[in-house]
Amino acid sequence: MSEIKVSCEALRATEEICHKFNNDPGELISILHETQNTLGYLPEPVQRVIARELGIPPQKVYGVVTFYSFFSMAPKGKYPVSVCLGTACYVRGSDKVLEEFKRVLGIEVGETTPDGKFSLDCLRCVGACGLAPVATIGEKVYGRLNPSDIRKIIADFGD
Amino acid sequence: MRITSADLLETIRQEAVKKLSTREESNNSVQETACCLNKGTPHMQILCCGGTGCKASESAKIVENFKECLKAHGVADRVEVIVPGCFGFCEKGPIVKIIPDNTFYTSVRPDDVEEIVSSHIINGEKVERLLYTDPGSGQHISDSKHMNFYRKQLRIALRNCGFIDPENILEYIARDGYKALSTSLTRSSLEVLSDIKASGLRGRGGAGFPTGVKWEIARKFDAPDKYVVCNADEGDPGAFMDRSIMEGDPHSVVEAMMICGYCINANHGLIYIRAEYPLAVHRLQVAIAQAREYGLLGENILGSNFSFDIEIRYGAGAFVCGEETALIHSMEGKRGEPTLKPPFPAESGYFGNPTNVNNVETLANVPVILTKGPAWFSSIGTEKSKGTKVFALAGKINNVGLIEVPMGTTLREIIYDIGGGVKGGKKFKAVQTGGPSGGCLTEKHLDTPIDYENLAAAGSMMGSGGMIVMDEDDCMVSVAKFFLEFTVGESCGKCTPCRIGNKRMLEILERITQGRGTMEDLDKLENLAKVIKDTALCGLGQTSPNPVLSTLSNFREEYEEHVREHVCRAHKCKALLTYSIDPVLCKGCSSCARGCPAEAIFGEVRKPFVINPEKCIRCGMCVSRCKFGAINVI
Repeated sequence: MSEIKVSCEALRATEEICHKFNNDPGELISILHETQNTLGYLPEPVQRVIARELGIPPQKVYGVVTFYSFFSMAPKGKYPVSVCLGTACYVRGSDKVLEEFKRVLGIEVGETTPDGKFSLDCLRCVGACGLAPVATIGEKVYGRLNPSDIRKIIADFGD
Repeated sequence: MRITSADLLETIRQEAVKKLSTREESNNSVQETACCLNKGTPHMQILCCGGTGCKASESAKIVENFKECLKAHGVADRVEVIVPGCFGFCEKGPIVKIIPDNTFYTSVRPDDVEEIVSSHIINGEKVERLLYTDPGSGQHISDSKHMNFYRKQLRIALRNCGFIDPENILEYIARDGYKALSTSLTRSSLEVLSDIKASGLRGRGGAGFPTGVKWEIARKFDAPDKYVVCNADEGDPGAFMDRSIMEGDPHSVVEAMMICGYCINANHGLIYIRAEYPLAVHRLQVAIAQAREYGLLGENILGSNFSFDIEIRYGAGAFVCGEETALIHSMEGKRGEPTLKPPFPAESGYFGNPTNVNNVETLANVPVILTKGPAWFSSIGTEKSKGTKVFALAGKINNVGLIEVPMGTTLREIIYDIGGGVKGGKKFKAVQTGGPSGGCLTEKHLDTPIDYENLAAAGSMMGSGGMIVMDEDDCMVSVAKFFLEFTVGESCGKCTPCRIGNKRMLEILERITQGRGTMEDLDKLENLAKVIKDTALCGLGQTSPNPVLSTLSNFREEYEEHVREHVCRAHKCKALLTYSIDPVLCKGCSSCARGCPAEAIFGEVRKPFVINPEKCIRCGMCVSRCKFGAINVI
């Protein structure tokens, strides 16, 4: 794990979340969900705090964090981009949409742009198959995408 | 308010029925002329789809606009805006339905709201341009019952979706909600169980195990704490049946879990749901809170000795957690890895307690089986597969959406009658059922009646209900590779055949799609697939080779073309393609060169341009930019 500095407030918030769930190891996934909701990601120091609070080895927490694709150990961009690679989107050309996002943003899947603005991920089915191919940026869903639309969509986020 | 007896529930139901009667009557009648406030209709309702698909197309904004617009016209007290769950016809979303004349508006935009209100609601003139146009006759159809998309459907699990307000328990009660529970509590649990067995209901999550038998086994194990688990971890990409049920009719799941609890003597309910489904989570939370408030969840339900409560547990994005042992481990806060069965969860499940796991769609069938009787249910469907099945119809098809048909309906009826055929008039090539665990079926399977046995015999499986249509532009080797990439990414890594075997299969497929495959590779692929099928630990691993095996047996010639001739007939496998510009058709407009991300196209304006094959990354951007069809791809 790379070295990440986390503020004392973040660690205290993590402790509080653990207490809310009575430090119950059976609630580990709920605790991770809530911590990620609060902090945006789950860096190593936060995982260590959770392990200490629940009385389980840090490896166990790390094992769970890395098992599930929903949990992230790196901070996401201000505008997280997710391209749907579900089957319905795939047969309607989502692979080309993803390639174009990679090219326009200059990053690979799982990475964040150096200015911290955009991160790129894939997801499996948002259930808007009628609009395939689909991508989401934050909460907003973009449907019926064509690779040639991408540059404009990203440009619209220029502050 | 607490409902403390079956009699009180009945009184409340009768009241609720009255409130829902306008909607119910308009659903059963056909009215060609529009009703409106100016011509004597005292009250109207606007149903605006609140499913995830329509929400993605700004249906929330449409609801907001309706509310404001009605207020501006001073008619807000006479017109109610209701947000039900998915109507199913996602292709034409967002859907807006007007009650009492049952007008079905399609592809509504937030800007259309003013016109709907002033023309239709106030003056009784339907907005023709928003009506569905029948592709065959070119005629407008304003009532969904006359649309081919709905005509062959039979909605049992989806009975309330797109009709009731999912956040209003009274509307569920009006449609006989909690009646099955109330009647069950007056009967012995064995009698109720025997009804479920007699109905022939089988698990809708994929494997098709008889639900009644599963409950019977779970009933045998005695323990102070027993659990009923609802598996709402719908991981099959391109499938959204369970989510739509939870979004559109969450109480049916809650009621069914309680009935299951009564039958197997369990008092705890857990719903394991994907965190990626925030709307479904919200609707379930509301439903559980309302059921508690009405005393339908909690201690001594409806004055009986039976107590039951439900909690929600969140998944975190792992396909393997759809497998019941993996799901249980995930609920315990661990990595979602499967374990060997036996012991089955019925004996030792959640923290070692007897646990019964059922899928969402399975549960949604339970209350209606009990209110209408097992004989009614078993009269629908085929000999061994009773009732209906919900499918998420998607891909290269005209009518993408959520459909429910009786078991035994043929693929041809689904794809051509309900689905409206292949998009863009292209040629049908295959339909994929069962997601990453299923297979691709071809033209020759189109007349096969769909049930668990027939799909398995054809080399696919029912799966949870994803149904993806593919046309001549889809490469079947790439499709197999796509599914294998999914399985490799989702394999938990616990057993060797799945962890390493699938990876090796993926490498072979990558070689083939890059034109480096050999004929020997095809045999290796087949052998490896069979070994994985026989030796993997859990359902995910055992079924992961299905997409490869089924494409190999149904489309072997395409694999051989890739290997022998280095040709991908669908033009999907980039490494096998060459792009060139037809000098006769090219007008020299330079659009392709300006759009080329690799700067591989050069030339002079008004003279034919040329592609440099060394620089070309085969992205296809030039094809989409050329207005003259001058780009050749071979």
